[in-house]
Amino acid sequence: MTTEPVTETVATFCSWCGGETTGADLAGSSAEHERCRARLALVDPPRHCPECGRRMVVQVDPMGWTARCSRHGETTSASRGQR
Amino acid sequence: MTASTETARETGGTSGDILAVAREQVLERGEGLTEAQVLEVLQLPGERLTEALALAHEVRMRWCGPDVEVEGIVSLKTGGCPEDCHFCSQSGLFDSPVRAAWLDKDRLVEAAKQTAKTGATEFCIVAAVRGPDEKLMEQIRAGVAAIRAEVDINVACSLGMLTQAQVDELAAMGVHRYNHNLETARSHFPEVVTTHTWEERWETLQMIRAAGMEVCCGGIVGMGETLEQRAEFAVQLAELEPDEVPMNFLIPNPGTPFAHLDVPQGPDALMTIAAFRLAMPKTVLRFAGGRELTLGDLGAEQGMLGGVNAIIVGNYLTNLGRPAEQDLEMLETLKMPIKALNDTL
Repeated sequence: MTTEPVTETVATFCSWCGGETTGADLAGSSAEHERCRARLALVDPPRHCPECGRRMVVQVDPMGWTARCSRHGETTSASRGQR
Repeated sequence: MTASTETARETGGTSGDILAVAREQVLERGEGLTEAQVLEVLQLPGERLTEALALAHEVRMRWCGPDVEVEGIVSLKTGGCPEDCHFCSQSGLFDSPVRAAWLDKDRLVEAAKQTAKTGATEFCIVAAVRGPDEKLMEQIRAGVAAIRAEVDINVACSLGMLTQAQVDELAAMGVHRYNHNLETARSHFPEVVTTHTWEERWETLQMIRAAGMEVCCGGIVGMGETLEQRAEFAVQLAELEPDEVPMNFLIPNPGTPFAHLDVPQGPDALMTIAAFRLAMPKTVLRFAGGRELTLGDLGAEQGMLGGVNAIIVGNYLTNLGRPAEQDLEMLETLKMPIKALNDTL
């Protein structure tokens, strides 16, 4: 018996554009959110909640950022190990 | 006299090689280039970029010295701005992902402390507004007083257009410098902002200077302006004689009218840096937002060796910058000392 590799199909949301993403997007192997990943890596904090896609209230300060989703609470750059 | 010489004289340009002329005029005599001369620099072929940057660096070292002024900035009031600056994700008129946020006083002071730890001498408090209302002025009063009591750093503000009474109050609070960017050439401004005029901004800048605060005024490269307009902007800034010129490179932000524009190309941005330095040999020329996308790490070093003598470290208002440590390491590698606080007063 052969087993097909398990593909991550849980839909989440892109924290840059707010669009739906798949596991492949998150792993960086999909072209669909390539620009989003590049912007997040270089110049943008997350603007959308990755769990529900809502726009978050984001405060950028000199050494980090804080993002708050009305449904899913607060995330910080420190908690993600980012600047 | 040749036809080209005649044309050059009529337009304020030069008949000889522009970099040779700039060496004598700017490096030796400290006189900035004219508009036509700046345009000549901007139009130089790409293979002369290294030469232009090297000359701009010599000019910076000769007239400003080796020190680099380091600054941090923070957004006190984010988003919900009534103005329509087409590059800005904080306008309430656009469908931008940026939502309104206010920073409380404790976090403002903490941001100033974090900035001071980097060796920065300037900390700028910024609000996305047309001009401050009483609520914002009250926050500024409390915030500036708290920072001055707790942190050894100069405080700057950027709060949009001001009334004379507000200018006087900011000066009395001890605000060291005020930022108000003209953003682009006067002739291009109506393509960038329609809710107020270039002249209104100019008027605020004149009041700032008259009140004794330092004037910080720059703009954004890559907003669809022509090279002619970029040259125009350089000399309009030179005419203002600002203490500092922050140079931003467009970050096309989603939801804004400029979302479709391309990120400025690195060589184009670097030639602009060199040209602006040659137009303003004695001004603090600061790397500000967008350099991460436009120039990357290598381009940032080239800019520092091409006329820039100040940087914003850490993050910006709604965008992220390079980690402060990375910029400080770069300055150490380039053997460029950070300007001390007592040298700024």
